[in-house]
Amino acid sequence: MADKAVVDPFEDIPGTTLFNAERSRVGYHLNMFCMSLMKKANREEFKANEDLYLRKWPMTDEQREAVLKRDWGRMIQLGGNVYFLSKLFSTDGLSFQFVAASMTGMTQEQYAEMMLHGGRKVDGNRSNSEWVK
Amino acid sequence: MTEENPFDDIPGTTLFDAHKSREGYHLNMFCMSMGDAASREEFKQDERAYLARYPMTEEQRDCVLRRDALRLIEIGGNIYFLAKLFYVDGRSVRSVCAAMSGMTDKEYEQMMLDGGRSPEGNRSKSEWAQSA
Amino acid sequence: MAKIVASVNCSHVPAIGAAWDLGKTEQPYWQPVFKGFDYSKKWIADLKPDVVILVYNDHASAFSLEVIPTFALGTGAEFKPADEGWGPRPVPTVHGHPKLASHIAQSVILDEFDLTLVNKMDVDHGLTVPLTLMFGQPEAWPCKVIPLAVNVVQYPPPTGNRCYNLGKAIRRAVEAYPEDLRVVIFGTGGMSHQLQGKRAGLINKEWDNNFLDLLTHDPGKAAKIPFIEYVRETGSEGIEMVMWLVSRGALEDKVREKHRYYHVPASNTALGHLILENESFKG
Repeated sequence: MADKAVVDPFEDIPGTTLFNAERSRVGYHLNMFCMSLMKKANREEFKANEDLYLRKWPMTDEQREAVLKRDWGRMIQLGGNVYFLSKLFSTDGLSFQFVAASMTGMTQEQYAEMMLHGGRKVDGNRSNSEWVK
Repeated sequence: MTEENPFDDIPGTTLFDAHKSREGYHLNMFCMSMGDAASREEFKQDERAYLARYPMTEEQRDCVLRRDALRLIEIGGNIYFLAKLFYVDGRSVRSVCAAMSGMTDKEYEQMMLDGGRSPEGNRSKSEWAQSA
Repeated sequence: MAKIVASVNCSHVPAIGAAWDLGKTEQPYWQPVFKGFDYSKKWIADLKPDVVILVYNDHASAFSLEVIPTFALGTGAEFKPADEGWGPRPVPTVHGHPKLASHIAQSVILDEFDLTLVNKMDVDHGLTVPLTLMFGQPEAWPCKVIPLAVNVVQYPPPTGNRCYNLGKAIRRAVEAYPEDLRVVIFGTGGMSHQLQGKRAGLINKEWDNNFLDLLTHDPGKAAKIPFIEYVRETGSEGIEMVMWLVSRGALEDKVREKHRYYHVPASNTALGHLILENESFKG
């Protein structure tokens, strides 16, 4: 009933992309590509020629570019879901922590340090207006 | 629901509920495999060996070999799954329905043309007991 | 704004599809079945819907017993006819409407109906037979089709009341969709039939026709029919009629009955067919 076309309060949460049915539709082929990396043979094929392998999935050029550049933040914006993207960064030998750090513009060390100190505070991170300040 | 099941009073009818589904899981999954041409061939070559792959009960296995649809329904089979087994033999659901109700294909067909089986006398087990 | 303007109800007996595919429509046995859709074919050709939401059930084709979703909405771009054991029906691939489907999903889930979303599945006779009955055999189906598969294979299916209310939620969702689309909803399956045990072949003409009356004029009452009554009066597979309540819920309270047809037998089944239009719809 709540229709995002009318008012979407989620859009006001800064640095946060909600993986909803609409983004799932937009990111379908991107995420299904990631899913395919659960098979060893496919991982080998992807590593041998990433661009060629990516052409098997009818994703947008922009999505393909973001994968090749490993632009995790962009992939999320273009419909990627982090659990699916994890198959891609696992193929690269990277961790959730590395990727999470990279999306927030921190090094993995800085990010790990922040987490050791109780994580990112919610204060100041609730609304876009707070980020503008 | 589990204590007193009103569905139990409907004669000649087995409700395929979650309990039956559990009981018939491997039987129905075997039937599902008959949707695949290669599996059908394998099954036809040695039915018993093929059935041994599915951890169903001996009785279920026996009933499959004998194509006892009525009993298969009682022990967890579901008609939409069983249909795939009978298609292997080139038999229609209509013919299986005839057999389950103890009629020839021809008798069953005539009954359907005449408007189907009447609900009169077929609503409750007590009605069947009277007529027996 | 998108709008559901009418509903189509009909049985989806697989033998009807086979009769069509094998060119038996003029045979004395099948002729009366197809005759019931002469009006309907013309009606829908004139109406030209952009999208059909097709409520049906899968018969151990896309879903075995490994996964049993109660309500599964097809949000994918296309759905291929399933191979049900005798090869896929020679009918066109079904093209979905992923954008509207995702919108419906989001809306009705927030409306507290916990749908399963399916991007990849084959569609069996439950979905393709109604399309054949209404559109014949074109090169391509003339509109987009959003499948909504309801579990009626393993008891219990969703209650009639739940189905009726889901229909209402779908109506709200469609009406909140910004693009102008004309939508027709199909509720399929039924009518009375039993495909198992010693009562196989059960048909209850009186009950079926009363259900058609209720569905048209007093759907709230039809929504209250308990499962025990469906099974006792209309056979174990007659319970499929709960799917007709989804389509009825998607219409306004007041409707016009445009067409009704009832015929016994179509194989093991009583064939029922109903077309309803919203009273507010000026066709």
